Amino acid sequence: MNSTKTLFDVIGPIIIGPSSSHTAGAVRIGYLAGKIFGEKPKKIKFKLYNSFAKTGKGHGTDKGLLGGVLGLDVDDERIKKAFNYAKKQNVEYQFEYIEDYNRHPNSVDIILENSYRMEISGISIGAGEVCINKINGYKFNINGDYDTLVLIYKDKPGMVYRVTALLQNYNINIASMHCDRNAKGQEASMGICLDGILPKSVMSELEKIEEVYLIRNIEVLKK
Amino acid sequence: MILQKTFKNIFEEAEEKNKRFYEISQEHEAQTLDLSVLQVRDKVKVNLNAMKTAIEQGLKSKEKSVSGLCGDDCAKLIEKYKNGKSLFSKTYQKVLTYAFATIEQNIRMGKIVACPTAGSCGIVPSVIIAISESLNADDEKQIDALITAGLVGQIVSEKLALAGAVAGCQSECGVASAMAAGALVEMYAGTNEQILNAVALALKNVMGLVCDPVAGLVEVPCVKRNAFLAIYAVTAAELAMAGIKSVIPVDEVVDAMQQVGELMSPRLKESSEAGLATTKTAIDITEELREKWSLAD
Repeated sequence: MNSTKTLFDVIGPIIIGPSSSHTAGAVRIGYLAGKIFGEKPKKIKFKLYNSFAKTGKGHGTDKGLLGGVLGLDVDDERIKKAFNYAKKQNVEYQFEYIEDYNRHPNSVDIILENSYRMEISGISIGAGEVCINKINGYKFNINGDYDTLVLIYKDKPGMVYRVTALLQNYNINIASMHCDRNAKGQEASMGICLDGILPKSVMSELEKIEEVYLIRNIEVLKK
Repeated sequence: MILQKTFKNIFEEAEEKNKRFYEISQEHEAQTLDLSVLQVRDKVKVNLNAMKTAIEQGLKSKEKSVSGLCGDDCAKLIEKYKNGKSLFSKTYQKVLTYAFATIEQNIRMGKIVACPTAGSCGIVPSVIIAISESLNADDEKQIDALITAGLVGQIVSEKLALAGAVAGCQSECGVASAMAAGALVEMYAGTNEQILNAVALALKNVMGLVCDPVAGLVEVPCVKRNAFLAIYAVTAAELAMAGIKSVIPVDEVVDAMQQVGELMSPRLKESSEAGLATTKTAIDITEELREKWSLAD
């Protein structure tokens, strides 16, 4: 049952319209993707699927996604002019509209490029709730409800221990955790939702672990 | 403190403590969010002010949505009311124009407060703010009313997901009108029992309302429906304050709505596969937009 969490889920949130799933949700997916990418992209390609593809123009899904990647929040009035906002920052963007019913009705792949390239996929579940479910092909479940640690690293024994031991040293509790990999001994991924905020000092220690290719701390979304 | 899950329970709690619904609600929120009651009310005020800003901006604009389907109806009403001739009193005129002002801000990508959803964002603000102007009700009274509206939506959502895709428009604009009706009784200092009757009366008469948006957009019939259901909320409050009771108690009405939502065909739940969305005109519009935007079939 979709029971409501607080009063402010019913008499709120304050958002740019017209749709919580197709506009606000799009902003949040873009925002999380931008944070995961970690730097300002030069080029962005959005592949919109199904309902996102069919009604995306009318709902401003395109502007929401783009504005979100560039760091705008769900109630930022600049979203309406996200195309200009991107052009002013010399960010190239492109949209593709695809029908594929193997995909969630409101899903998008975002391909971001600058000094490196990343492909991030997300879905909008409704009422502005979203989930980043893939990063570079690895499964994740990032919804902005928790401070989240994202790692991609060499698949070898002891990596989960090294990361979680560090968290334990700082007395940070793990709310949930998800691991994935492409092949044994190749590359693996870890998504860790945390109770509480990750101190910067822990991040710099985590960054010292060798053969970690990507590490991000995605802060909890303001909701 | 756990929020009571049914109207009956919260009514009993309020009667026992000799409190209004909004008092119960703000105390509960304070506990849940680890804030003081004053801080909760400040947060509500932020949303109330955002609603007022949306109305102000909407009243000044006739900009159409990206699709071009809607956006200039508020301006038409304002123009009509300049001439003074109307079936409606000044207060009703305000309810109607404020509802259009808000929902038209939504479709032109303006800043709005989802209440309970973006597609139904015009109903609660138009009723609370228009009526408060005619009653000279201060911000505190408006905050009481908005919390009452929120509580109504919250209790309904315990059984009924507030999403057209799950339960049709009865759960979006329909619930918004019940929230507004409850808020209005609060503003007129009606009893807690009258608030529940206003909610029940409103919900009963939107039961089965489908979500069949043309071209899948939150525009047709949503924009005009916001205005209709704002006026409708006033009717529900008026009846309840006359002592007219819903024969079916409000909790049972919510159960019935939930059942109707389940029985409703998925084709009538935001998928645009039936109803208005598949009329000849709607199909033509959908085709035109698809060509204009070069979208996937």
